[in-house]
Amino acid sequence: MLSIKNLRAEIDGKEILKGIDLEVHAGEVHAIMGPNGSGKSTLAMLLAGRELADVIEGSITFMDRDLFTISPEDRAKMGIFLGFQYPVEIPGVSMVNFLKAALNEKRKYLGLDPLSASDFLKVMREKKALVEIDSRLTNRSVNEGFSGGEKKKNEIFQMAMLEPKLAILDETDSGLDIDALRIVAQGVNKLKTSENATVVITHYQRLLDYIIPDYVHVMYDGKIVKSGGKELAQELEEKGYDWIKEELAMNGILQDKNYK
Amino acid sequence: MDEIVQVVDWNREMVELYHQNRDLLTGGCPDFINSVRDRAIKQFERLGFPGRSNEKYKYLTFNNLYKHQFQDYLSVKRFDFDVNHIFHCDIPTLDTHVILLLNGFFFNRENRMTQLASGAVVGSLQAAMKEYPKLVKKHYARYANMDQEGLVALNTAFASDGIFIHVPEGVSIKKPIQVVNLLLSNENTRVQHRNLFVIGKNADARVIICDHALSDHRFFTNSVTEIQVDKNARMDYIKVQNEHNLATNVSSLYANQEQDSTLNTNIITLHGGMVRNNVNIVLNGEGCETNASGLYLVDKQQHVDNYTFIDHAKPNCLSNQIYKGVLDDFATGAFNGRILVQTDAQKTKAFQANNNILLTDDASMNTKPQLEIYADDVKCSHGATVGQLDEDALFYLRTRGIEEREARLMLMFAFAHEIITRIEVEPLRNRIDHLVDKRLRGELSRCENCAMHCG
Repeated sequence: MLSIKNLRAEIDGKEILKGIDLEVHAGEVHAIMGPNGSGKSTLAMLLAGRELADVIEGSITFMDRDLFTISPEDRAKMGIFLGFQYPVEIPGVSMVNFLKAALNEKRKYLGLDPLSASDFLKVMREKKALVEIDSRLTNRSVNEGFSGGEKKKNEIFQMAMLEPKLAILDETDSGLDIDALRIVAQGVNKLKTSENATVVITHYQRLLDYIIPDYVHVMYDGKIVKSGGKELAQELEEKGYDWIKEELAMNGILQDKNYK
Repeated sequence: MDEIVQVVDWNREMVELYHQNRDLLTGGCPDFINSVRDRAIKQFERLGFPGRSNEKYKYLTFNNLYKHQFQDYLSVKRFDFDVNHIFHCDIPTLDTHVILLLNGFFFNRENRMTQLASGAVVGSLQAAMKEYPKLVKKHYARYANMDQEGLVALNTAFASDGIFIHVPEGVSIKKPIQVVNLLLSNENTRVQHRNLFVIGKNADARVIICDHALSDHRFFTNSVTEIQVDKNARMDYIKVQNEHNLATNVSSLYANQEQDSTLNTNIITLHGGMVRNNVNIVLNGEGCETNASGLYLVDKQQHVDNYTFIDHAKPNCLSNQIYKGVLDDFATGAFNGRILVQTDAQKTKAFQANNNILLTDDASMNTKPQLEIYADDVKCSHGATVGQLDEDALFYLRTRGIEEREARLMLMFAFAHEIITRIEVEPLRNRIDHLVDKRLRGELSRCENCAMHCG
């Protein structure tokens, strides 16, 4: 479904992604872990279509199409969803209008008629229940005045509404208390099918207690330095990222001058 | 050099026009009006049209007007047209008391004064001068400053009609009064009408004024509106301007608020070649509240200029100003907001904000807050922003599948919507929401632009 090959990208001449390779197939859950500054969010933004970094080498294909030639909105319609690390507040744009516009754009792309007002509300009610999001929030402007946890829940709510093929969840667990974390994770699990895939980007292992990944990748200094099964996450949690760094240094892979 | 000669010509032309037509102008008007006229033309002779050297008119020039010939209708001139034809449109009807001004004159000459509930009246100012001389005399030219403002002086010299509204003590007029100012002519036309609204103690009223130009000639409107809001009274004043690129519209509002009164003004500029809105409010009693807001959406070579002056003359008053604008193409704009807190006006709360979005590198905006505070126990704030659409928000919308053009429109609409939410009468708010949406989409047609039947 998603294929990233030797992806290198830089921001202001500084290389942030130094050759990423990743294959994601339908039905899989991947976790990308790594310390701050390892390039995880840059990768997520690139997948969604934000050109904050300049791609210098490599390719990303989604459903066998070159993503670099496709606008963010068309990627969304093809089924890519990015759950933002920092969801944006948009005062004056109501949640309802926003979701209706998004959903109908997608339906148009799929050759379907727009939903009637009552059908739309019905879908909204169902999905609201799924992520236990309060109507008080969905009656407001997009993310406006939402708490950190509410914003993250709202991301999963939007994901539920749009039913993406590939969901990339960027630090969806940050800023969540344990209850919100469970609700968010349950939402993701309920939406999981054999047809779609999820990439969970996270710093901590705790989200992975709830969303069980099939693959765990450790990203460090712009590269995926280690891949494994779900037990890798556990090992990381116990030993910390320094363990990875030490291992890399021993193998002579790590060239980070700052690391001693 | 050229410019100065032209201004002098216009100044002289107006003074001569006045003296040549004094009989026509004064005929049928009471003496108190005519003696004010004579004083006004002298002031105009001294002040003239404001130029860029006038700090208040720094970003505005009438240069492109001076080279054209204009006609002034000093008495009613009829044009044959079918009102219903012009106003036919497909948006549901807004339930209002509708009155029409054509080129500054009350349109329905047969019935120039309408009685509303409990003694309230709405009608022609010219008629009111005769029917309610005491009331008119008490308020006419009392609030508008013709000693310092050349254009107010000019209007005072020439105005002979406009809208008169009187809501007596304790009367509430719930149904909005809608004034439609139509400009329609077969030549370039100067229009100078005058409105007087008197809202009595504990009374309340809502007025919406729509300015429209219906023929493709140059128009120069110089209107003055005076409002007296008596003790504990309340007025909502909404103005919607939707003219065309050849129209120049200067409107000056002067309001006087007495104790515990509330005034909400909302000036919405959708289209006009050059627009200048002056809002002058004196808080002349304790416990007054005034909410002055404005929205301007301009493109091409349009210029919109908003000037506000809130005079906190008495203690314990609240003023809240918010003006917002979206400027596209080569459009230019200016906002100058002056707040004066006088020595005795302790416990004043005065807030002002002016936020702008520039859609192109060629659009420009000048914004200038001006606070003069002479009391020591006050709470005042002001802020101005000039920026672009929020790129993060735009990207966020696009990642949900919303097309870039649509996402931009959503953000612009959201930005503008904050001003519209301040309109408290719901049908009006919905209607203006609709108009603004259409305006932003570039779909505002002449037929639909008129507020009269558009719901």
